[in-house]
Amino acid sequence: MKRLTVLSAFAAALLLSAGAHAQIKGNTVKIGVLTDMSSLYADLGGPGSVAAAKMAVADFGGTVNGKKIEVVGADHQNKPDIGAAIARQWFDTQGVDMITDLTTSSVALAVQEVARQRNKVILITGAASSDLTGKNCAPTSVHWEYDTTALANGTGAAVVKAGGKTWFFITADYAFGHSLQNDTAAVVKASGGKVVGSVNVPLNTADFSSYLLQAQASKAQIVGLANAGGDTINSIKQAAEYGIVKGGQKLAGLLLFITDVHSLGLQTAQGLELTGSFYWNQTPETRAWSKKFYAVMHKEPTMVQAGVYSSVMHYLQAVKATNSVDGPTVMKYLKSRPINDFLIHHGHIEASGSLVHDMYLYEVKKPSESKGPWDLYKLIATIPSAVAYKLPHGNQCPLVKG
Amino acid sequence: MFSFLHVAMPPLPLFLAQLLVGLINGGFYAILSLGLAIIFGLLNIINFAHGALYMLGAFCAWFLLSWLGISYWAALLIAPVAVGLVGMAIERLFLRRIARLDHLYGLLLTFGLALVIDGVFRQLYGSSGMPYSIPAELQGATDLGFMFLPNYRAWVIVASFAVCAVTWFVIERTRIGALLRAATENPELVRAFGINVPRLVTLTYGAGAALAAFAGVLAAPIYQVSPLMGVNIITVVFAVVVIGGMGSILGAVISGFALGVIEGMTKVFWPEASTTVIFVIMALVLLVKPAGLFGRAG
Repeated sequence: MKRLTVLSAFAAALLLSAGAHAQIKGNTVKIGVLTDMSSLYADLGGPGSVAAAKMAVADFGGTVNGKKIEVVGADHQNKPDIGAAIARQWFDTQGVDMITDLTTSSVALAVQEVARQRNKVILITGAASSDLTGKNCAPTSVHWEYDTTALANGTGAAVVKAGGKTWFFITADYAFGHSLQNDTAAVVKASGGKVVGSVNVPLNTADFSSYLLQAQASKAQIVGLANAGGDTINSIKQAAEYGIVKGGQKLAGLLLFITDVHSLGLQTAQGLELTGSFYWNQTPETRAWSKKFYAVMHKEPTMVQAGVYSSVMHYLQAVKATNSVDGPTVMKYLKSRPINDFLIHHGHIEASGSLVHDMYLYEVKKPSESKGPWDLYKLIATIPSAVAYKLPHGNQCPLVKG
Repeated sequence: MFSFLHVAMPPLPLFLAQLLVGLINGGFYAILSLGLAIIFGLLNIINFAHGALYMLGAFCAWFLLSWLGISYWAALLIAPVAVGLVGMAIERLFLRRIARLDHLYGLLLTFGLALVIDGVFRQLYGSSGMPYSIPAELQGATDLGFMFLPNYRAWVIVASFAVCAVTWFVIERTRIGALLRAATENPELVRAFGINVPRLVTLTYGAGAALAAFAGVLAAPIYQVSPLMGVNIITVVFAVVVIGGMGSILGAVISGFALGVIEGMTKVFWPEASTTVIFVIMALVLLVKPAGLFGRAG
């Protein structure tokens, strides 16, 4: 209750300061998809995210309150400085009203600062670091899709429960990897497990032999992969080569996308557990949406790409309802009601900007169980929103503390 | 941090294992920088398309396997020949036209070619890459006492040593090698002896491309066959060549293997710096011996 009062006071204060800009300026509402178009995360976000944003605009009808809706895309190359520069340019001179996707946590953190200074809305579907809604939280950002807390509470907890008590982490050496390792380590410790070692690996590494040997030497039961995209693919593939699993250790892929599993093939990936918010073949709604996506991109969507569609849809609804693109106004609307669609179930946005919703634990199928090239997961468990986004040490976000 | 404490005094087995792993990566560096050195020696071209040719080699193996069912072993021969032909076409169609211009034009042209080839493959195949299995004969691992060495990695060491040795032998000990070295020194004079130098140049670029493709096939089962694999390795290989000395065959091979080992060791003692260490060494070498460790000054 106290939090709500503080929040509304806060929102009111923001409204006052920004009241003059409340109307939609110009003749267009512009949505920016800032993503990795060319490197190791391009398949999980990239052109597919731009396509998803365009699908949302088309499904919305192409206009909102008589204004045309436009989608622009750009490549941040996984570099925070480039991402921040594009965001600045978009907001200051190109008339972009909202940015989505933001794959790569270090870029998302940088863009979040740019958006904070300008009171602009960013809806993050690609980045994972829980710092985005933790110590770095911002009043006009929403972490839409999943975060490292949810991944830890999903896969991390499931693996410890299955007996994996000692862990060694192979961690991507930037904001995302560190968040994922810290959040997972917290869950492991809270569940009675132990972290026996870790190694920080530069982003976009080709050869993981050295790190896998260190993991092997650590004798940990579980080798936790706190990396993503091409890095995860290479580490899983090479772990098979070095006989990590045959030697009695188990791999825990802490963030796996369907494009990773598809690329690895079931022979290598079978049996891995993973946490996510979306699988194309889960419900009639996800199947219907994914069919439309497939018609454009010729592959099944990742949860990041589905999240882009979902975030753009909700943003446009908020713009329509408030007849405004003003950050605080739109954000007040979004935070004031439950969020539900084909992707988000039992969702609402917390004061910190975290979109709390149900997550799912999947297992990668055996080759014999799969009926097609994208028939890859089976659902193991639903993780209710309250469990998925439970923070072991409380939230560091100043917006929450008040 | 944790790992730093953990391996502050690495036990001997782990140390030996890391040494071996470094040699394996060094093998790739050596084959690639060897090709670059040969091309630079005769054509005076800094071949930025080398990474793209390496990627083409891996993709060629993947096409052969998944479209035609042709095995890894056959691909190890076919892919270098195919990519070598592509290389020769590139030399005939593009590089020949700028042969008389400054080095920089060759660099820009091959850089542009690399961007085009990489871009086309990324558009067609995305960034995650295609799976390519280790051939059945080389699956599994051998217990060396200090580590489980995957059989395939052992093969990589053997194959890369062999290819480097054969290339060195051809260039230093055969007639065609002697011609090549002579043409490098003084093309006009060699032409005066009735040798078809332009054809020699085409064949040399083709051979460099074939070496890159061979490394690509060798890499396919270890990494994903990905449009990004060339971009990721080419900058490191250039650093290796600069350290060894542009155009020095032996320098390219020795520094390739040595830097693989140094990089491998860095992965143990200071993993965060493992992608940087080669460039630090490059900067130091440039300061102290600008022609490279094995290069001739001037």
